Amino acid sequence: MLIPHPLLGLRDAQEFTYLGDASLLNRPDGMAEGADRAFFDYAYLRDNPAGVHRELWFHEQGDRSWLVVTRDTTTHEILGAELARDVALKGGARWPGCPAA
Amino acid sequence: MRFSAFKVVAEALTGHKGWGPLWRNPEPKPEYDYIIIGGGGHGLSTAYYLSNTFRQARIAVLERGWLGQGNIGRNTTIIRSNYLLPGNEPFYELSMKLWEGLEQAFNFNAMVSQRGIVNLIHSDGQRDAYRRRGNAMLLAGADAELLSREQVRGMCPFLNFDNARFPIKGGLMQRRAGTARHDGVAWGYARGADQKGVDLIQNCEVTGFRIENGRVLGVETSRGYIGARKVGVAVAGMSGKVMGMAGMRLPIESHVLQAFVSEGLKPVIPGVITFGAGHFYVSQSDKGGLVFGGDIDGYNSYAQRGNLPVIEDVAESGMALMPMIGRARLLRTWGGIMDMSMDGTPIIDRTPIEGLYLNAGWCYGGFKATPGLGLLLRASAGDRHAA
Amino acid sequence: MARLSGGLIDRTKTLSFSFDGRGYTGHPGDTLASALFANDVRLMGRSFKYHRPRGPVSAGSEEPNALVELRGGARQEPNTRATVAELYDGLVAKSQNRKGSLSFDWLAVNDLLAPFFAAGFYYKTFMWPKAFWERLYEPMIRKAAGLGSLTGLPDPDSYDKGFLHCDLLVIGGGAAGLAAALTAGRAGARVILADEDFRLGGRLLAESHSLNDAPATDWVAAAEAELDALPNVRILRRTTVWGAFDHGIYGALERVSDHLAVPRGVRQTLWRITAKRIVLAAGATERHIPFRNNDRPGIMLAGALRAYANRWAVCPADRVAVFTNNDDGHRTALDLMAKGVGIAAVIDSRPDVRAQGDYPLFAGAVVSDSRGRLGLNRIAVARDGRETWIECGALGVSGGWNPNVHLASHHRGRPVWSEVLHAFVPAPAGGPPGLTAAGAAAGEGSTAGALASGARVAAAALSDLGFAATLPDLPRAEDAAQTLTPLWHVPGEGRAWVDFQNDVTVKDIGLAYQENMRPVEHLKRWTTLGMATDQGKTANVTALAVMAELTGKAIPETGTTIFRPPYTAVPIAALGGGDSGEHFRPRRLTPTHEWAASRGAAFVEVGQWMRAQYFPRPGETEWRQTVDREVLATRRGVGICDVTTLGKVDVQGADAGAFLDRIYCNAMASLKVGMVRYGLMLREDGFAWDDGTCARLAEDHYVVTTTTAHAGTIYRHMEFCRQCLWPDLDVQLISTTDAWAQLSVAGPQARALLERVVDGVDLSNAAFPFMACADLTICGGIRARLFRISFSGELAYEIAVPARYGNALMARLVDLGADLGATPYGTEALGVLRIEKGHAAGNELNGQTTARMLGMGRMVSVKKDSIGAVLSRREGLEAETRVLVGLQPVDAGDPVVAGSHLFAAGAARNTWTDQGWITSACHSPHVGSAIGLGFLENGANRMGEVITAANPLQGQEIALRVVSPHFVDPEGGRLRA
Repeated sequence: MLIPHPLLGLRDAQEFTYLGDASLLNRPDGMAEGADRAFFDYAYLRDNPAGVHRELWFHEQGDRSWLVVTRDTTTHEILGAELARDVALKGGARWPGCPAA
Repeated sequence: MRFSAFKVVAEALTGHKGWGPLWRNPEPKPEYDYIIIGGGGHGLSTAYYLSNTFRQARIAVLERGWLGQGNIGRNTTIIRSNYLLPGNEPFYELSMKLWEGLEQAFNFNAMVSQRGIVNLIHSDGQRDAYRRRGNAMLLAGADAELLSREQVRGMCPFLNFDNARFPIKGGLMQRRAGTARHDGVAWGYARGADQKGVDLIQNCEVTGFRIENGRVLGVETSRGYIGARKVGVAVAGMSGKVMGMAGMRLPIESHVLQAFVSEGLKPVIPGVITFGAGHFYVSQSDKGGLVFGGDIDGYNSYAQRGNLPVIEDVAESGMALMPMIGRARLLRTWGGIMDMSMDGTPIIDRTPIEGLYLNAGWCYGGFKATPGLGLLLRASAGDRHAA
Repeated sequence: MARLSGGLIDRTKTLSFSFDGRGYTGHPGDTLASALFANDVRLMGRSFKYHRPRGPVSAGSEEPNALVELRGGARQEPNTRATVAELYDGLVAKSQNRKGSLSFDWLAVNDLLAPFFAAGFYYKTFMWPKAFWERLYEPMIRKAAGLGSLTGLPDPDSYDKGFLHCDLLVIGGGAAGLAAALTAGRAGARVILADEDFRLGGRLLAESHSLNDAPATDWVAAAEAELDALPNVRILRRTTVWGAFDHGIYGALERVSDHLAVPRGVRQTLWRITAKRIVLAAGATERHIPFRNNDRPGIMLAGALRAYANRWAVCPADRVAVFTNNDDGHRTALDLMAKGVGIAAVIDSRPDVRAQGDYPLFAGAVVSDSRGRLGLNRIAVARDGRETWIECGALGVSGGWNPNVHLASHHRGRPVWSEVLHAFVPAPAGGPPGLTAAGAAAGEGSTAGALASGARVAAAALSDLGFAATLPDLPRAEDAAQTLTPLWHVPGEGRAWVDFQNDVTVKDIGLAYQENMRPVEHLKRWTTLGMATDQGKTANVTALAVMAELTGKAIPETGTTIFRPPYTAVPIAALGGGDSGEHFRPRRLTPTHEWAASRGAAFVEVGQWMRAQYFPRPGETEWRQTVDREVLATRRGVGICDVTTLGKVDVQGADAGAFLDRIYCNAMASLKVGMVRYGLMLREDGFAWDDGTCARLAEDHYVVTTTTAHAGTIYRHMEFCRQCLWPDLDVQLISTTDAWAQLSVAGPQARALLERVVDGVDLSNAAFPFMACADLTICGGIRARLFRISFSGELAYEIAVPARYGNALMARLVDLGADLGATPYGTEALGVLRIEKGHAAGNELNGQTTARMLGMGRMVSVKKDSIGAVLSRREGLEAETRVLVGLQPVDAGDPVVAGSHLFAAGAARNTWTDQGWITSACHSPHVGSAIGLGFLENGANRMGEVITAANPLQGQEIALRVVSPHFVDPEGGRLRA
């Protein structure tokens, strides 16, 4: 696979390490009321779509950016990639249907 | 019809006219006591044990494609009970005991072959960990042996003992482990279940659940609505999708795991070997192909195919472990959808929806669990059969 | 028979080779199969199940029959297709899958027993008695099964990997591929043209067609010369593109040296080709027509007969018949006649055809049987219910052509059925993005059609990419329409082979139908059809047609066949790319490696690192002696150990403290500048993950250490936290593991030794207390960092210098400390020292243990949020009572063995009474006996209790006393001294 790194262009996926669902950006507040329930959801539950998936890749053998890559899990087609930091600063990775953390 | 050597001979002499269908192709009935979604190994074994226990129950297995299409049709066939934790080892050992009598029980040769598995040791820390595991196995009533480097060498002289990057220092052996012919397992259970009256319905895709007041009433399928008192879901990599129809999120991601087979070769590898310093395990099928695999590709996927880096990594590990296989050729690669649970632990349970049961999250290790799981699900789903 | 005229072989040179020990000769340009034919050898193999005598059916890589063991010794390659093995001088080949000789194979008895070996028979028997499976049945089956053999010797050759990029990848160098490459090459695009053969031209080499009224090879040579001269075109000969992967990545195997007796340099190269567009011009594979006994040596595909005659100037017999359902069969007869081969008959299943030359034609007839034990000598021709026997030594069969759609279906897209061609062709969509088929692979079977489609498809791909491509002037070529009336098999008694290698017959398919194994995947798995080394290239479509006939459905409704990589089998060594043996993984050396090696250290693999394990001295006969000495020297004087492999992360920024507070479960922001704190990191699921030290060098500057094993993963995790979770914090990270050499200097004389190297820094306990740290210089100005931390329980420091000074610093410290007893120690002594002190390491931090189990439950701060803190307090983990304890044998002579399980004295021994396990153990020279660490249920409250360590794996039961894990200086006086 080739990943379109927003800064570096197309890079071989072998340079990256995969983490998983980009909802991991939405870490709950550990000091909030009901944090245990929120953390269970955060750590364990996944939408796991057969289709478009937003997911985290780390450019480990490269510039060490974390990326949010949008990819179709049925065809492996990549629809886009952004710096995870930018996504996080914009308020995380929620998308329609993703329950609030 | 009972299979036997006599039957094979008799049919050979009379032109094979007497062989009947291995199972029927029934039309779905309007309602069943139990519906199992997924005609893979787990679904079929569950149907088999349910039908053997509850003779009067009306049971159906719904398969979107052909029986055995799931991961049971695309795995590396290893059976073993060499687990560590108390939540695992007794279960897998129960499963192993069932494997040992399986073929006689369902009257089908699934080629259960207890040729042993050896997990290679490459460091002192690894030996400590394997000793702990081997002891856990013995304490659970399974078998285990700790092998020295020389014992491993005697058994597998073709391993790299000369210039290995990570020298082999020994191994943990389970002699009762081995392989089974994966399709044979599916077919044996299917035939056994069919003979007990289970309706195996192929080309029947579940498209939704009918749930009222927190209770499942039946399933919508590509062949119409089918009512059920209880519904079990055993769809491995498709678990997220199917349970999503019931409004549930799962602690599961679907990943692709590739597996590989070489061209046929005369016998060269005695049992199953796993490499402790790379991603590689291998056995040899009765047909002669080396069956091997390694790590998952490492990204969510429903595509049933993987990519080159893992193929290269597995081959590289294989070469590092047993440089003789360089002259053998890779014949076929394939990919299965693994239901990877977040903590590596499967889920076999009731759901908050009454009458709906889930079996999922087996990661890449569900095959060996096939018999035990079926028995367990029978116990959990059937416990209130009378009610 | 003698060689025919013409052909693309170099008759000026003669090559010697042997097959099954007999010497033969051939010429450059020959394959093993063509050379054997030239020497009147038709029998080249045995089938898988029935051990039927077999010769080649094809002239290409689809060959199911003529498989041999090529070469000898460690280079022996089983299952090599004689039809594509390029002849070289000195080639040695053996037949395989036989017991006895190839012409007398004892296992051919299976053929007589064939009625008992029907499809799936083994699923129905061999079940009684149960124990006989592993002991008798299976060994017997395994021995008879398999094909060729591995020698068990390591592969002696070297392999390479390479990466290529191009605008257009052209797969196949026949008419369509050459036209595509010329079109793209002339347009200036970067082109890779790959062909599996050792000669470009594809079917053009096998046919007698002319191009522009000259031999086709003239045009091929001109095209090849032009492409060779274009700097933007790369031709990969002997290269099979075997797999289509994601995003335009293709796997290709170049057989660099397989045509040589011994490789010059690498044997094979695995290419990973990244292409923007792909033209699949892989041609087509001819189908046979199953009839009774259709598998004898000499019965071949008609196109293969033409190839042998036209390209290699051989024919397996003087008298040949042809059985066809299309015009290709007639062309075969004409080509062979032109070469002087006698045509016994052309049998065409179509009633209304005419002979195209002077040969006997049986129109509306079929071949219904054959004779000839080790090679064909007669065929039966059936017409209007009458059978006529015809003498012939070879039979060419043509049932039409199947486009080679394989790569187009590697993404699991299904090919579609063409009612015109009666074959599957690549679907217009759903294949690998950017790939388009051309020529025969797309069903364009005529030469003119193939040329035009190659050029057209390439031009379209190029215009997609923004190149201005013009269609080249293509040579005049034959453009015969392909007309075919399907004939899938000849009905009748007896066995008619569909899959030659795996011995699957029409009857077996009938049996699968009868037994309800009708879905195509069941059919394949039940009968093993299509599972042989050719992966069904010659069998699958025919089998589908037979099943369709039985079910009464159309072929595409019965099923489609898709193919998985690889297109043809790829040597595992080539996929491994040569990184075997010592080169399997990189070898990371510590900064003091050279010094340690000069001192005769034993080294041990720690992940990718090689670390000094111990430093034996003359007279020490056993490793334990050395390790005991190193431990005691450290506890009594001073020991020095390279600990560079621990991960190091530099953390800087105004919010560094706040950031680390969220990373560690304990507080770090409150750490004073100039001090170090032990830190524990949890995974988000609440389990313990990693530990290390965190030193604050300045308000906005921390240095974090991790364990060796987790150096990479913890750094990755910290970057995740920084970029993804808390991007608003002002903090920067960099891994400095390799930048700094770090040495542990431990023991009562550690301070005295270090005072001799530091530049004017007061190391007294008051000025530089336990857990102090500082930036300083040593040895007259070399930059260094000093941390007063201890893993051994002794007065100890870790000193870091830029990595390039590590080796010299080690030498200097050992020199300067000679009078203090300065002793280098390795990982073994390091392990003993930490077990004696009760420090957790990898065996305790195995990912399944918690802070509470490690005795650090109270370190998890409840005053702040940190990774894993919330879930570490969940019910299941709270209920865990196993904690880390020390263990000592009641009888000092007894061993303590890691991996033993712990039980209350006298308790039953099973999973449910199991109370824990021993994580780490060693001999402690300090205690004077073996000791261990372990997790024990309710261990904190069981000090002094005698329990049992069970190690049934090695038949041991040892009585152990539960003690504090701190065997050395539990009050911590020494490290604060």
